[in-house]
Amino acid sequence: MWEYTGKVLDHFRNPRNVGLIENPDGIGEVGSLACGDALKLTFKLGPDGRIADVKFQTFGCASAIASSSALTEMVKGRTLEEAAKITNQDIAEFLGGLPEQKMHCSVMGREALEAAIDNYRGGQGGKRVLAGKVVCNCFGVTEEEILRVVRENQLSTVEQVTHYTKAGGGCGKCKGDIQALLTRVAAEQLAAEQAAHARSPARKMTNLERIRLIEETLERNVRPALRQDGGDIQLVDVEGPRVRVALRGMCAGCQVSEFTLRDVVQSKLREFVCEDIVVEESP
Amino acid sequence: MSRVIYLDNNATTMAAPEVVEAMRPFWSERYGNPSSMHAFGGQVHRDVESARARVAELLGADPGEIVFTSCGSESDNTAIRGAAEAFGRRVNVITSRVEHPAVLGPCQDLAEHGVTVHHIPVDAAGQLDLVRLGEALREGPAVVSVMWVNNETGVIFPMEEIAAMVHAAGGLLHTDAVQAAGKITIDLQRVPVDLLSLSGHKLHAPKGVGVLYIRRGTRIKPLLLGGHQEENRRAGTENVPYIVGLGRACEMARAHLDDLPRLAAMRDRLEQGLLATCPDSSVNGDRHQRVSTTLNISFEYIEGEAILYSLSDVGICASSGSACSSGSLEPSHVLRAMGVPFTAVHGSIRFSLSRYTTDEEIDYTLAALPPIVKRLRAMSPFVPK
Repeated sequence: MWEYTGKVLDHFRNPRNVGLIENPDGIGEVGSLACGDALKLTFKLGPDGRIADVKFQTFGCASAIASSSALTEMVKGRTLEEAAKITNQDIAEFLGGLPEQKMHCSVMGREALEAAIDNYRGGQGGKRVLAGKVVCNCFGVTEEEILRVVRENQLSTVEQVTHYTKAGGGCGKCKGDIQALLTRVAAEQLAAEQAAHARSPARKMTNLERIRLIEETLERNVRPALRQDGGDIQLVDVEGPRVRVALRGMCAGCQVSEFTLRDVVQSKLREFVCEDIVVEESP
Repeated sequence: MSRVIYLDNNATTMAAPEVVEAMRPFWSERYGNPSSMHAFGGQVHRDVESARARVAELLGADPGEIVFTSCGSESDNTAIRGAAEAFGRRVNVITSRVEHPAVLGPCQDLAEHGVTVHHIPVDAAGQLDLVRLGEALREGPAVVSVMWVNNETGVIFPMEEIAAMVHAAGGLLHTDAVQAAGKITIDLQRVPVDLLSLSGHKLHAPKGVGVLYIRRGTRIKPLLLGGHQEENRRAGTENVPYIVGLGRACEMARAHLDDLPRLAAMRDRLEQGLLATCPDSSVNGDRHQRVSTTLNISFEYIEGEAILYSLSDVGICASSGSACSSGSLEPSHVLRAMGVPFTAVHGSIRFSLSRYTTDEEIDYTLAALPPIVKRLRAMSPFVPK
């Protein structure tokens, strides 16, 4: 049995706002019978522009029903701008958390809400249209959706992506593609982080922080390239701006090691750590 | 927890009180090692052999053909890997698309090591396609592993016919009979399978003990090495209390075979009652070739896990073939292999009875389930107006 919170069970046993609003202002439908869960969300706005009434119909497991019910409670009385800011994490948090394998239920809620708001704003007929490249054919999940969920939930493994979007949970053939998307997001985030670091000289780094950042930069930005050629690098010492390293494996004694040190190691360290760094090879 | 109506006996069963009682002395009183050279252990050896004889009797086998294992999965793994290895030359493996994971797993592993594995399909009723089996058998020497009774639908495969086909083609036949023991009469004199797996906890013995039947003369490489126990067929000191319990459970299962018509009547009453009170419901599996204790029924437009949680709230235990209740995202491979539409697979519920099931429990379930189905359907976007 899943470890559902009391709140999940309460919303499953006593779901709020079940039904279908006649002549709704917005309607959103996601999922399908084949996928194993589906949600139809309808809402009506009040004269003040706030969601006055909202109802759902859900085909799915206990947590899918609970997530839908929670969503209706969360959006009632809000403006569409406010409602549009609700993330799948907000839904999960409202319920006191969901088992990770069930996070896709909260994503389904957020998607239905978006589809309904889109529909109100004159978008599609309320049915979510698959836009862009489809990654998972079994469950019809697109690259765009995966990238968004990965970013919003800070996901780092393929298994997590499956828990959150179902992608990869069928035949499994798209797992390589999902990994590639994860790698892409991780690279983006790292670059953004490092750029932020480099651009904030406001506070002087302590020596420890500086050594740690040098190690991190070697690990992320230098080592992978060296490993491809069968080499490796080791940090030997840091003394002021002078960073002493030792080249290992195929890199040791390599004729172009001087180039490697200056144009790869030094330039990366200057880019991500500090502009006055000088790299020396340890004998 | 208050009242429990246990209709999930294909998942596991209650250990019979008589079984627990039979096991009791073997913890702290008769704890000797059956292999020891003293009377204290020697007596325990006789108890193990007496249990072996009781298991053999349930199967119509010779006690020397019974090997105790730790569970049905160990028996399946030993049988499939052991037989394939013992074959020595290039051998094909033939199994079905509706097997238990304990069979599909080792078959998959062999396939990854270059063995050709055929998965024989089933028809809409869950019956094995014997024509396809015949075709696969013509492709060369084969180790065949097909279940006797399906765990999800209760469908019984024609094992006598299958055995004749496999042997005519020079193959070796293993059957996972975990769901068959105690639910149909098994006579291995009449149905000459070569290897058969059995699990204790499916027939009112405790979890943690199983049997591999190895027909005399069948060559098989053991999985566990390093001990002379079980005539060198399975190393490891015998799990004496559980073996004794399994012996008692098999003895009782044999005595209770007469009980099956009563269970079938209860199951049929549940089936007919639910079909009558819940529109858009249908039974999965061959109703004419099915064990007396299993009912697999689909309720359209709603999802199995939601049904199970609602049943659990009123104390009823059952299972589902839906994706969510399986812990994966894929619904039952058995129902999918039968071509049951996704809609019906997601809303499938399995009820499995035992000799401890009462008429009153069936009444209770018949009263409890229709309102649950109705409530969930009122929430579903798919119910036609």
